[in-house]
Amino acid sequence: MAEMWITMGPQHPFSHGLWTLKVKADGEVVTDAEPVVGYLHRGWEKECENRQYPLIIPMADRLCYSASMTWSHIYCKVVEEAIGIELSDRAKYLRVVADEICRIQSHLMWLAAMGTDLGNLTVFLWALREREFFLDLNVKLCGQRLTTNYPRIGGVRNDMPYYFERDCLRVVNRFEKMIWELVAMMDESAIFLGRMRGIGIISRKDAANYGLTGPVMRGSGVDFDVRRDDPYCNYDQLDWDVAVCSEGDAYARYKVRMEEMFQSCDIIRQAMAKLDSIPKTEPTRVKVPRNVPAGTHFARLEDPRGESLMYLVSDGTDKPYRLKVRSPIFVNVSASKHFVKGVRIADIPAIMGTLDMCLGETDR
Amino acid sequence: MTDMIEAPSADDIISSLEKKFRDNVTVRKTAARRVYLTCGRETIRELCVHLHDVLNFEHASSLCGVDWKDHMQVVYHLSNYANGMMIEITVDVPNDDPHIDSVALIWEGADWHERETYELFGIIFDGHPRLERLLTPQNYEFFPFRKSYKLRGQQ
Repeated sequence: MAEMWITMGPQHPFSHGLWTLKVKADGEVVTDAEPVVGYLHRGWEKECENRQYPLIIPMADRLCYSASMTWSHIYCKVVEEAIGIELSDRAKYLRVVADEICRIQSHLMWLAAMGTDLGNLTVFLWALREREFFLDLNVKLCGQRLTTNYPRIGGVRNDMPYYFERDCLRVVNRFEKMIWELVAMMDESAIFLGRMRGIGIISRKDAANYGLTGPVMRGSGVDFDVRRDDPYCNYDQLDWDVAVCSEGDAYARYKVRMEEMFQSCDIIRQAMAKLDSIPKTEPTRVKVPRNVPAGTHFARLEDPRGESLMYLVSDGTDKPYRLKVRSPIFVNVSASKHFVKGVRIADIPAIMGTLDMCLGETDR
Repeated sequence: MTDMIEAPSADDIISSLEKKFRDNVTVRKTAARRVYLTCGRETIRELCVHLHDVLNFEHASSLCGVDWKDHMQVVYHLSNYANGMMIEITVDVPNDDPHIDSVALIWEGADWHERETYELFGIIFDGHPRLERLLTPQNYEFFPFRKSYKLRGQQ
């Protein structure tokens, strides 16, 4: 049978955003694939060269709606490195708590999307119900559900509100029980296991070479997490494990994300205990100059989707000379050819779903 | 072929590079888990092969271009999974001949970064398997991230 190219997207239920996966199919079997991105390219990096440093924080939020906290965090981090200031411990732990809330809600959003991809609408509803509690925490902490605009250059915008610690621990304790319902619904379903196991396999060596990062890479057995191996924000003072799976298939990536949610709960609890031991009078934010001294700096951070990196070139004025964003999904999706080669067309949603696509940061 | 150093420290990296490249690679500075290098564009591919094969830098985090007006620059960020070490390499590229060797065949993860740098800065990566526009439409004839391309409202 003659091979033919099938265009999946830009409007396709599996794509979770505007992008196209061109698939070359021989009957049902995929022999080649080519991702097409760029529908959302809005010149984010160039736009930043025209803006003062503080005005870029809300723009960084909009790189990815479900990882807004980590994106504005890494932007503030690279500017802080350029200015050369050290944060107070209180600000660091507040950022840890905010980042981990962001990680849990982002993974829950992924789980919900994965549920609909595989035709399980209950997973979608239950995961989104759990996610809403974490978004409520965001509202209490920053006043916004998604585009949080919380980190500032030199700290965070505000300290925890009254009762935030109590509410946060309640949500985390509840979530650790409720997540087992989600696990049971996925892991005891033969359909789910049958569709996830043994497809989209990436070996450890390939995962490193393709530049995959985050849960996708750890699902292939690369034991690396920026939070542990290149620590920032006092992550090295907390006791937690990196979730790693060596199978490398779609199911391994699912397991890594589920385990990461448990670990994030643990991190939140420990960071809250640390915050308890720091006096409330310690400042959460230090004053920074408007102009950033000339130089080049980079910072990296563990985003829910992988390793994000920003490279800042400053020229001594109040606007960046160049700001480069390394988006984890941009690189992960460039390897999609290797994920889908040899599988059947019906498996593509299950495989590409485990990448956790986000187009805002891919196209920038 | 020398043996691979699984988790090289900053000193290992510097001594290994000095032995192999002598004056062609300059160490700008070092910090905790960071080494900053500069090299000429004729050595970049050889340097990257050495870093990948001997010093175990198996992941190319990022690759980007910077327009310094009088010349262009390509900046590489490479990382090692064994100890979290990161290397930054800056390579200058002249404006009138914006060519540099591609590293996409060493790290496949650098493929799209190079395509992006090509379309936004006009830097041509020799030996890239498929150097085409990626984010912007194929019929664009300008390079929007160059400083000569002004945004509305910019002087």
